Amino acid sequence: MTTATQLPPGVRLVEPARAHDPYRDMDLLRFSTAGSVDDGKSTLIGRLLYDTKSIFEDQLEAIEGATKRRGETGVNLALLTDGLRAEREQNITIDVAYRYFATPKRKFIIADTPGHVQYTRNMVTGASTAELAIVLVDARKGVLTQSKRHGFIASLLRIPHIVVAVNKMDLVDYSQDVYDAIRQEYTEFAEKLDIKDLIFIPLSALEGDNVVSHSANMTWYEGTTLLHHLETVNVGADRNLVDFRFPVQYVIRPHQDFRGFAGRVASGTITPGEEVFVLPGGRQSRIRSLESADGELHEAVAGDSVVVTLEDEIDTSRGDMIVRKMNVPTVATRVDAMLCWMNDEPLDPSVSYILMHTTRQVKAYVSQIHYRVDVDTLHRQETDSLGLNDIGRVELTLAQPIFLDPYQINRVTGSFILIHPHTNVTVGAGMIRGEAKTTAELFAHGGGDQATAISPNVVWEGWNVPREERETRNGHKATVLWFTGLSGSGKSTIAARLERRLFERGCQTMLLDGDMLRHGLNGDLGFSPADRRENIRRVGEVSRLFFEAGNIVLCTFVSPYRDDRDRVRALLPEGRFMEIHVDCSLEECQRRDPKGLYARAAEGSIRDLTGVTSPYEEPVNPEFVARSDIHSADDIAVQLEVRLDADGILKA
Amino acid sequence: MSTQPQHHSYRKSHLAQLEAEAVYIMREVAAQFERPAILFSGGKDSITLVHLARKAFAPGKFPFPLLHIDTGHNFAEALEFRDWLAESTGAELIVRYVQDSIDQGRAVEETGPLASRNSLQIVTLLDAISELKIDCAIGGARRDEEKARAKERFFSHRDAFGQWDPKNQRPELWNIFNGRKAQREHFRVFPLSNWTEMDVWQYITREGIALPSLYFAHPRRVFRRGSMLMAESEHLPLLAGEATEERTIRFRTVGDITCTGAIESVAESVDAIISETAALRVTERGGRADDQRSEAAMEDRKRQGYF
Repeated sequence: MTTATQLPPGVRLVEPARAHDPYRDMDLLRFSTAGSVDDGKSTLIGRLLYDTKSIFEDQLEAIEGATKRRGETGVNLALLTDGLRAEREQNITIDVAYRYFATPKRKFIIADTPGHVQYTRNMVTGASTAELAIVLVDARKGVLTQSKRHGFIASLLRIPHIVVAVNKMDLVDYSQDVYDAIRQEYTEFAEKLDIKDLIFIPLSALEGDNVVSHSANMTWYEGTTLLHHLETVNVGADRNLVDFRFPVQYVIRPHQDFRGFAGRVASGTITPGEEVFVLPGGRQSRIRSLESADGELHEAVAGDSVVVTLEDEIDTSRGDMIVRKMNVPTVATRVDAMLCWMNDEPLDPSVSYILMHTTRQVKAYVSQIHYRVDVDTLHRQETDSLGLNDIGRVELTLAQPIFLDPYQINRVTGSFILIHPHTNVTVGAGMIRGEAKTTAELFAHGGGDQATAISPNVVWEGWNVPREERETRNGHKATVLWFTGLSGSGKSTIAARLERRLFERGCQTMLLDGDMLRHGLNGDLGFSPADRRENIRRVGEVSRLFFEAGNIVLCTFVSPYRDDRDRVRALLPEGRFMEIHVDCSLEECQRRDPKGLYARAAEGSIRDLTGVTSPYEEPVNPEFVARSDIHSADDIAVQLEVRLDADGILKA
Repeated sequence: MSTQPQHHSYRKSHLAQLEAEAVYIMREVAAQFERPAILFSGGKDSITLVHLARKAFAPGKFPFPLLHIDTGHNFAEALEFRDWLAESTGAELIVRYVQDSIDQGRAVEETGPLASRNSLQIVTLLDAISELKIDCAIGGARRDEEKARAKERFFSHRDAFGQWDPKNQRPELWNIFNGRKAQREHFRVFPLSNWTEMDVWQYITREGIALPSLYFAHPRRVFRRGSMLMAESEHLPLLAGEATEERTIRFRTVGDITCTGAIESVAESVDAIISETAALRVTERGGRADDQRSEAAMEDRKRQGYF
């Protein structure tokens, strides 16, 4: 670097700021807005910008001038945001536009999505990066199908927070009855969707009621103003900080002695020294260092752009993925996904599209279209194609595997786009449900996703009181948490702590412990492979009964065989079986030896002890890995509770 | 995972998030294109781009040359800065001149006292892109600058004639960027899309990024034209009734001298500029004569292939 004395006069060096400045260290919230043509969306955004003093004088003057030229009076706030000339001419927003404003509490990025023809495509685009969505409803018109469509897309794209802004309250005399009716109707509709946080705010964007300050016209409304909600809503907890995924973006090799893999952490966290796998192939190594231009890091977290170096020379390039040894994504060439079609030319099953997933590009064709969702009624319709703005469930067949997680738990490794091979245009956006299974595989697994599986020939009467009703009454979903791991790894301790936490927050729970069941129901069984298998089969059936009774069932069983665990998994609906690998080294388990089993095995008084004389098959793709040799049982219990919350289990 | 509760420091500040996003984009460009270049205007946004490029590829060198389209109407300080930056980063600097396009008859100079070479840059830029076979030009444009830019993509496709079609943009979802294109087409990529003017200034002070001295308050001979203060220059002949006087001013943008307006200011440090920017009630581009021509001025230029 040139020193100051040699600097040309045109160059001014700037000292890096050292003092902490809260304005340099602000939180950022990305939200989307959607509304129909006359819901007043542009006015609402204009109002937010205007009232937070984010509009400059020259912009305001330009708009005053334009308002006058259109023969209107005052300031037409909508003109601030309707960008393109075509829109100004037709008075319609036609593409996603991004707006920026800040308050002393937060910075905001608005994805402003239009409400007309191309609207599903645009809404999906805007929603893909949003953490909160504002759905506008015109108080005079009530809940239109379009408002429902917005809610559906927001839930499909898994925006965790939704605000229904009941606008134009000034035109219904600020009537609480009107507001209550809209609120009730929309709440009923939203129960069919998967929305974590839904709130309603009555407002008038034109007059400014309840946008920035409380309205004197609606003293009956005791909730928050829109801006206050935007400034305070907690969005930090919505990221996946559990499953470390690092898609390799670019290899940096300035000289022979340095080989770094540049990329952005898609999810999870990682520290130097951790054991990792590189996909495809599963070559194993350790993280040597996490590099950045500002020096080495001691940890990298979801969202960070870093450079990773490994202990071993592994031939790795763009499109590969670095993951933790014990927590790997699904490697699949057949993918089950919800697909939104974004092009005038309909989906053509004979075309090999290019599928972009993280930093990987593979050829893919749509091998099956299961159904199309009518976004207004949420009904499923049979179809053999998808047209512009259609959303459907499809199966894709890929030329090479991708490394995926369900979109529900990972927005980065669960999303992809389809590109037309000739026009190079982005034609589709996909949200992965999982690896696609054939009908035969579905039957073998006892039905899989109950909502969509093809009915087998056996007629199943169903439970007298359906589980859904029990879940509604309990205020949370039923699920099975399956703790597997060596004896002494801490399964029972962790499960007991977690159950106590869940019970105290009002959940219906049941803990099934290996020893306990062997005293009664399974008292006739020993420890041979066949008996172990039967043991787990019975436990699986018992846990299913408790599950159907609406419980969060915590099962702690060594369960050494993969097949057995998968069989239990197959008894339960998708997303309701969490395999938790309690991972602890054999040495540590032997040191702890809470039941004296290892000591007895050493003496020879026990013949079959998992990990010593009989095998333990580690889970290939568990939902959760608990490193009980590193973390305390209490910490793991807290992490699991956070995870259950994030997965939406702790809500009805 | 630490033994601390999960939610402590994992939420990153806005500047950290914007930086990580811009670095990600820079690397996508390097991975998806064969001959990318940074469009270097000499302004703070393109200087910030160069800084981000350095960070994105450290400890290696960033794999882009700097391309400067020179209108010939420069501030001397801006050129000094440009050459110093290229030298201190070791980047290749490529300059193409609007004057050459005029001499070759590829561009026709505007006439009259308010003539500007701003729109002529389009010709020189597109010629340079095809001459150098550049398939991706990285620019420092931000969406907050102007209404037409609010709908711009990070990866903005240009047809074989360098044109942008605002009605037919590729949808851009999540952080997946589609840089596929046919022969002769190219991309403009804008890593600072989500940054505001304030973010750029805050980042400059956080990182300690050197700038042209023009951004800081200094005495200069200027004259008033319309609502703007213009620098005295051989390229700006005075009109009847105009007279120069010395004022203490600074520039909020640095571009062609004939269309870059100054503001009166005593801000000598970045912190002072930030306080002033927070209080300013006029957009940066409010000081640019080229945008004031018509309500849709920017959109018209963009359609033709402007930066």
